[in-house]
Amino acid sequence: MNIISAILRRELQSYFATPVAYVFIVIFLVLMGTFTFYLGGFYEQGQADLRSFFNFHPWLYLFLVPAISMRLWAEERKSGSVELLMTLPVTPWQAVLGKFLAAWAFTGIALTLTFPIWITVNYLGNPDNGTIFAAYIGSLLMAGGFLAIGSCVSAITRNQVIAFVISIVVCFGFLLSGFPMVLDVFRGWLPQVIVDAVASLSFLSHFSNISRGVIDFRDLVYFGLVIGTFLYANTIILQWKQAD
Amino acid sequence: MIKADGLTKRYGRDTVVNDLSFTCQRGEVLGFLGPNGAGKSTTMKMVTGFVAPSAGRAEVCGHDIATDGLAARRKIGYLPEGAPCYAEMTPGSFLAFIADIRGLRGEKRTQRLEEVADRLHLGPVLGQSIETLSKGFKRRVGLAQAILHDPDVLILDEPTDGLDPNQKHEVRELIRSMSADKLIVISTHILEEVEAVCSRAIIIANGEILADDTPHTLAGRSRYHNAVRLTIGDGTGIDEVIAAIERLDSVDTTESDRDHGSIIVVARSGSADMRTWQDVANLVQSNDWTIESLQLEAGRLDEVFRQITRGENS
Ligand SMILES: Nc1ncnc2c1ncn2[C@@H]1O[C@H](COP(=O)(O)OP(=O)(O)O)[C@@H](O)[C@H]1O
Ligand SMILES: [Mg+2]
Repeated sequence: MNIISAILRRELQSYFATPVAYVFIVIFLVLMGTFTFYLGGFYEQGQADLRSFFNFHPWLYLFLVPAISMRLWAEERKSGSVELLMTLPVTPWQAVLGKFLAAWAFTGIALTLTFPIWITVNYLGNPDNGTIFAAYIGSLLMAGGFLAIGSCVSAITRNQVIAFVISIVVCFGFLLSGFPMVLDVFRGWLPQVIVDAVASLSFLSHFSNISRGVIDFRDLVYFGLVIGTFLYANTIILQWKQAD
Repeated sequence: MIKADGLTKRYGRDTVVNDLSFTCQRGEVLGFLGPNGAGKSTTMKMVTGFVAPSAGRAEVCGHDIATDGLAARRKIGYLPEGAPCYAEMTPGSFLAFIADIRGLRGEKRTQRLEEVADRLHLGPVLGQSIETLSKGFKRRVGLAQAILHDPDVLILDEPTDGLDPNQKHEVRELIRSMSADKLIVISTHILEEVEAVCSRAIIIANGEILADDTPHTLAGRSRYHNAVRLTIGDGTGIDEVIAAIERLDSVDTTESDRDHGSIIVVARSGSADMRTWQDVANLVQSNDWTIESLQLEAGRLDEVFRQITRGENS
């Protein structure tokens, strides 16, 4: 536990030691605002809720989360510090978890800083704050899923750009699998069970459940499984690299 | 304390470390000596568990690095080649991180952090980011990190690479001062370093051990072992001296530098220590030659090194 928290703190410290963290947070907030108020038609809907805000989260995360996760392992490999880290008395699980939790905490900080939007909507009307809270939880869980994927991909390469691009592609797959358009393609020739299975893998369907204010146990388990699976794969990749 | 048994590493079709076995104990300073690409770093990476061997095993303080790696790594302080670290951190926060990972707490932690900063003269730069430090300071941060928990086994991959002569001297002093109650393994391609700090040298080339002995014994393999170097002064003819010396029983041959009037007298192999020196000294006295210096050579490690590693390569 101490070791995981030491890695977590070191990692977070590193985020804020360079301007990257601040630049990222500013871009994140600007994009969130732009999407919500202009593209999302926040005012036009005339409704006091944050649906137009949360609707954009999956798409924003698609690009912004890989930008956070790409450096997790690729940078360590490039600078050689991975040799230092992995020869300390640290297990692969502790290293993977510490780094993941740091990235997740960072995303949590960025997400928390969107609170002015929540204040705005409360000022303008009487939204259901329970629903909004649930949607925040859902959004954070979804970010965790994206981050776990990105962390795992980042362990494959020492090149951050490659890690970024591959992460986007994989995350895109996880988003798309819930789209009716994509599902229709499968529906023609695959049994319904498989189509349902593909659909159930989508971040979108699980996120939209939660963002409607329904925190279903299955959705929580889903994100937990995605995170767990990819972090497990992450540790396996680290061990492979050792034997390479 | 370290036991390597048949360590082998293959990358694709290349075997970069081939069936390496050795054991070493507390109190030793073991030098891995070998040309670039010999497999020194790869061997160290296998012993510290960063790279998994293709065959063979390694044990540190009784803990198998593959099955009980965590316990083994607790005993080890390791400076990887090039002293990688987190460039955006300051030495202060970096060492604090290492202390956390090493489980140092309270009084002990403060005391160790102070001691290593003091020993490696990091005081003035503790708050400056590592990427802005000079190479010498970066290396010292790496060393500080390795010795922070006062490990039983210290493994240093080219600890003095890229340092200036003063810094090299300091690092060697540090290694010497710690050697009594630890096992220290260093890798280097600098021969004077082996002579300066190592109690034992393993010469590696192409991933194989070619020699394993004390630096002194190794130097004894040199053709210059027991050789005598003399510089003759004005008024004495160098040809006369060479001719007389070469008639001695204990002398194999001579090499001379006429411009400087210096002669190296190579001892005949098998002649007793100092015998050649004694014979030459007697000759100088009985002929009343003027000489400026007369020195005994222990042997040249670099020559032995070349001889051993070349023989293998060709
Ligand atoms: N990850 C790797 N993949 C392929 N070859 C490698 C790798 N690491 C080292 N080598 C090769 O192994 C050989 C030994 O390298 P190394 O152990 O670093 O030598 P040394 O430290 O003695 O200079 C070199 O020829 C090097 O190119
Ligand atoms: Mg090396």
